[in-house]
This record gives sequence, C-alpha cells and structure tokens, in this order.
Amino acid sequence: MQSFGLAHVEFLAWAALWTVGLSAIAFVGGGLLGFAVALLRVSSNPAARVAAIVYIQIVQGTPLLILLFLIYFGVAVIGFTGVPAILAAGAGLTIYASGFLAEIWRGCIQSVPKTQWEAAECLALTRWQRMTRVILPQALRIATPPTVGFLVQIVKNTSLASVVGFVELAQAGKLINNSIFEPFTIFVTVAVFYFALCFPLSTWSRSLERTLNVSRR
Amino acid sequence: MSYQFDFAALLPYWPEFVRGLWLTLQLSAMATVLGFIVGTLCAIGRADGPPAVKWAVAAYVEVIRNTPLLVQIFLVYFGIATLGIRIGANTAAVAALVVNVGAYTCEIVRAGLESVHKAQLEAADCLGLSRVQTYWHVVLRPAVERVYPALTSQYVLLMLASSITSQISAEELTAVANRVQSDTFRSFETYIVVGLLYLLLSFVVRIAFWLVGLGVFVRRRKLGTAL
Repeated sequence: MQSFGLAHVEFLAWAALWTVGLSAIAFVGGGLLGFAVALLRVSSNPAARVAAIVYIQIVQGTPLLILLFLIYFGVAVIGFTGVPAILAAGAGLTIYASGFLAEIWRGCIQSVPKTQWEAAECLALTRWQRMTRVILPQALRIATPPTVGFLVQIVKNTSLASVVGFVELAQAGKLINNSIFEPFTIFVTVAVFYFALCFPLSTWSRSLERTLNVSRR
Repeated sequence: MSYQFDFAALLPYWPEFVRGLWLTLQLSAMATVLGFIVGTLCAIGRADGPPAVKWAVAAYVEVIRNTPLLVQIFLVYFGIATLGIRIGANTAAVAALVVNVGAYTCEIVRAGLESVHKAQLEAADCLGLSRVQTYWHVVLRPAVERVYPALTSQYVLLMLASSITSQISAEELTAVANRVQSDTFRSFETYIVVGLLYLLLSFVVRIAFWLVGLGVFVRRRKLGTAL
C-alpha cells in the first residue's frame, strides 16, 4: 500500500486552488446579493424591510449544509438535471454569504451618524444621492474589517461543498484517505492548507480594525 | 415545473425526526456548557496567566479559528481512533464541537474581560475584597454579562454547525434527513422539513438564552440596560 507522499500534497494543492475559486465565487455573488439585501433592509419601504429581515433570518437560521442540500436537490426538481457541482455549491455559498454580509453591512450603514443623513437632506440631495455620495463611502470604511473577517468564514465553509460532490480541499483529503487510510497525517495537512489560506486574512482583518480605531479615536 | 410535492411520504418517519432533533439539542447543549467552561478558562489564562499559558491559548485560538469545523471533526474522530481509543461518533462530535466553540468563546470572553475598567479593580481593592472575590464579582461576571449577546449568537451558530457532525455519522437531525431521503427518494421535501425544523430550533434556542440571561443577570434585569 502506498503511503502519504509528495504526490498527495500536490493533489491537495490543486484542490486548494478550487477552494480559493469557490470562495471567490461565493464572495462576489454573496457580496452583490448581500448588498442588495442590505439596501432593502435599510430602505424606507416597510414591505422591503420586512422581506429583507425574513430573508436574513431564514439564511442565518438554517445550517449551510441543509442550504446546500436544498439547492442541490432543488435544481433537479425545477427541471435542471446534471448541474455541475461547482454551480450548486457556488449558489449555496452565495446565498449563505449574502445573508450574513447583508446583516454586517446593514450594521455598518446604520452606524453612520444620523446627522450625516440630515445634513445630506438639508443639501437637497435625493435619497439615492444621499446613499451613494454620503452614507456608503463612510460605511465602506467601517465595513472593511468585518467583511475581511467574514471572508475567513467563507473559505472555511467551502469545506462543506464536499457534500454535493465538489472536489475541494476537504473532499480531496477524504479521497486520499479512502485510498491510503492515514487520516491523521492527511487531515493535519489539509488543516495546514486551510490555515495558510485563512490566517493572513484574519491578521489583515485585525490590522484593518486597529487602523480604523486609531483614526476614530 | 411538473414536480409533485409529496410531504405525506415523510409522515411515517416523524419519530426519527424527533429523535434526531433531540440528539441535535443534546449535542449542542453539552457543547455549549463545556465550551463555555473551556473558553472562559482559556480567556482567564490568556488575560492573567503566565507567558507560556498566554502563548499556548493564543496558538489554540488561532489554529481553531482558521481551520474548518469539518476538518476538526475528522481530526478528532480519526485522531482519537489512531491513538487506539475507541469512542462513539456522538462523543467525538461533542469533543470536536467543544474544542471548536471553546476557541470562539475565549475570544468573546476576552473582549469582555478587557472591557472591565481599571478603576473598578481599584475600587474593589479599596472595599477590601479578596483577589478571588474581585475576580468573581468585579471582573468575570460583569464581563460575561456584557458579552452575553455575542455568546448567544455564537451558540446559535454552534447549534446549526452541529449539523456537520452528520459527516461522521452522529445520528443527529441532518444525519436522519440524509437517511430518510435515501429511503424515500423525497430529497427536496426532506430537506425543506429539516430546514424548517432548524429554523424553529434556532428561534427556540434564542428564546432559551434570553430567559437564562434574565435569570442569571439580575442586575441587568432590574436596571433594564447592559452595564
């Protein structure tokens, strides 16, 4: 029987690229959708606000694993068969990320002082102008550290895409383990890969937070 | 769209869903209590321990927070087996969840400990409180009180994350769902039902934490505000 070697590490490294790719899809998709939901969440229309709250509560109240299964089996139900795993996984992670990013960004938008809204209104800016010219640029600064922090969650949660048959880092580890059964060595290596991806992001998020706090003090 | 929904096919399985739900609750409750103890001890060690302890806790927190729970579960499950000790999937699941949530609790409680003002310690000293009394009444309890909402969110996430332990065949709600859908071929319906059950559970857990908070943090209840 073969033992854990360089070929396996190379296989894991390729799988790590898929993890990065899937994270990018989830972040971009989740960012766009999440931004729209965040805007609805702070909109002046009560119906839009309620819809956004319900969406966020549902996404944050169900496990990602169930969300992935629902999409995986749900696309088959509405008549698409043979959807590639990357699309199912990407869609699931997009919805997951949008629910959390929307809530993070809502907090950031609402933490811009109310006087800024009032001043913008006094200058006769329309609601859209107020949002894009006054509020969002300020909210963006506040939003950067928690958003980078959430990126770490996205990277880690792509490991669940293995349940819909997508071969990323965790699934690659399982595949190797099925063939040579050295679980400890294999999963420690997998963990090291994840750590290498996530730790720089965590550190970056923390340093962003520090810089922001200094300038606000 | 010509799909015929058939939720009736799931009806005979309701005792299994209840069993899974109950195990999910048990796993989460155990992991929450043990994880809170581990995390709080770590936070105390991180704040006031000797340098070696501080360093060890920092390393533990960073490693856990930067690797996925799924991989941690595999490592605990297979790792303990490699050592020659045989434990059940449920025990391994709780162990992995405790290790995981302990690190997050440590970070949250540490933030609470850091928020205690130095003047409070001096005041306690002036009142002649002993070191232990000061730590309990002036540092730890107000710190936990302050971060209680953050802890609540973390433990709700933990309850949802316990679904991942289905991957090592702990027979909780998600594992039950996986089995029922392969028995009935009603995958979509099964996961809709289980998704709704989790949603319900997350509201119940939130309410439970709110009630516990009311009972434990008397001062907060009487003043009506956080410290």
